[in-house]
Amino acid sequence: MSITVKNLGHTYHPGTPLETRSLQNISFDFPRGTWLSVAGHTGSGKSTLAQHLNGIILPMEGTVTVDGMALKEKTPDLREIRRRVGLVFQYPEQQLFAETVYEEIAFAPQNWGTPGDEIPGRVAAAAAAAGLDESLMGRSPFQLSGGEKRKTAIASVLSSKPDYLVLDEPTAGLDSFSRRELTELLSRLKKAGMGILLITHDLDIALSMSDEILVLDGGRQAVLGSPGEVLAHLGAKPVPGLRLPDIPALSLLLRQRGRDVPISWDWREIKKALLRSAK
Amino acid sequence: MKFFNNLTFGQYVPSESPVHSLDPRCKIAAVLVILTGIFMAKHPAVFIAWGILLAGLTLGARLPFSLVLRSAKPVLILALITASIHIFFTKGNPLVSLGFITITSEGLFLAVNMGFRLIFLVLFASFLTLTTRPMELADGLERLFSPFARFGFPAHELAMMMTIALRFIPTLLEETDRIMKAQLARGASFDRGGLWKRLKAFIPVLIPLFVIVFQRAEDLAIAMEARNYRGGRGRTRMTPLRWKAADTAVLILVPAAIFLLVYADRSLS
Repeated sequence: MSITVKNLGHTYHPGTPLETRSLQNISFDFPRGTWLSVAGHTGSGKSTLAQHLNGIILPMEGTVTVDGMALKEKTPDLREIRRRVGLVFQYPEQQLFAETVYEEIAFAPQNWGTPGDEIPGRVAAAAAAAGLDESLMGRSPFQLSGGEKRKTAIASVLSSKPDYLVLDEPTAGLDSFSRRELTELLSRLKKAGMGILLITHDLDIALSMSDEILVLDGGRQAVLGSPGEVLAHLGAKPVPGLRLPDIPALSLLLRQRGRDVPISWDWREIKKALLRSAK
Repeated sequence: MKFFNNLTFGQYVPSESPVHSLDPRCKIAAVLVILTGIFMAKHPAVFIAWGILLAGLTLGARLPFSLVLRSAKPVLILALITASIHIFFTKGNPLVSLGFITITSEGLFLAVNMGFRLIFLVLFASFLTLTTRPMELADGLERLFSPFARFGFPAHELAMMMTIALRFIPTLLEETDRIMKAQLARGASFDRGGLWKRLKAFIPVLIPLFVIVFQRAEDLAIAMEARNYRGGRGRTRMTPLRWKAADTAVLILVPAAIFLLVYADRSLS
């Protein structure tokens, strides 16, 4: 069970003066229960890629297959694919509209035709998973704080019980505490068997949380691999607009100076290696 | 899926062309004359001449024809409805008669006329925005209105409001597009069920859109005030408008051509 992307390409406004090549020859396999991060600078095609995964944009070139169902024009599977692949947009709080938090979260299951008596359970489970306090359920989503709005929006996607969750810069504009809360929530969901695809320009989160990282550069696949592999690649061949976090940058610098340290994003490992070599 | 992919009305497409570099005042005045001329059009054959004029201008602006023509797409249905109303409900000499439907020659005449009038109005109006930067457009309007400012007419404010409104059309479409996608991803559907159901499906789009619009308006007002914007008085221009010989030429040639066209039209019909 996985999402498979093969040779995906996309061009915006083809045949007009505004024509832009957004994606070119992207291929990867993304199984359930794993965490794939897609990193790249602004305009590298990350959001376009995210919108392909549940058929908001249909493939122009190449294919996208979700659990064996291919995404194409007029496929009867489109609704099922959209249910399986939950999409959390950038600034998802901008999609809030309902009168209460409860109704907001209940919106998706109603759309998917969940029987009425199952909905309260769904809403409660989604709210709990997103870390939303029960006391907020009767409030208007517009009265909530920024972090709570974000959680409400995520809960409103979780309530359709997706098997994959695609998040587009979910930590943008959050403080460091809410950011950590969110990454912990995602890693819990991953352990429960959900596939997490995180679109981000924050390599810190990508390196520390992912099983695999895909780096995009101008719509092309710059590198795909484990955090260690990606880090080694970025150290040798930097991608413009994508800055390495301080700790991995330090580990690369130390290696250049001939120190025997691993390429890592974990300061403890570097410290250990340095202490060992000092002895 | 892009919901508003083909919308070019109100958009500016930059190009280094003679039409682009004309003074906006000249372009506004010329388009006003053209629009008046279109309103006066009577004979369907004259629309061929209008088409040639538009084609000439498009060549002069170095824009692809498809782009210019596409701006009429939003009114195409309206034009068709208008035309069909005229074709079926005009009394006169019957041309074809099928049961209770009678098509008269006058009706056909009017239908073609009305349909093309509407389409050409939009084509020429959007040609103006395609070739003129919104800022230039506002500057031009402000200068054209400035004589009335003496009588308390808010020329600058009106021009600024128009610029901002024009500037935000694509942004709001983009915003609507994004919200629609977000709701679609949560299982909303906009193309199923009867009329009432479809209208109701737009509530989850309209409410967030309104919230964003007011938020944006407030942010913009604060950002403008923070940079000491306080209306038109004493505000300088980055590129002052400069009237050139070409502008004078256009402003003589276009009205002359329109005059001839209207004259030919009158003698035809």
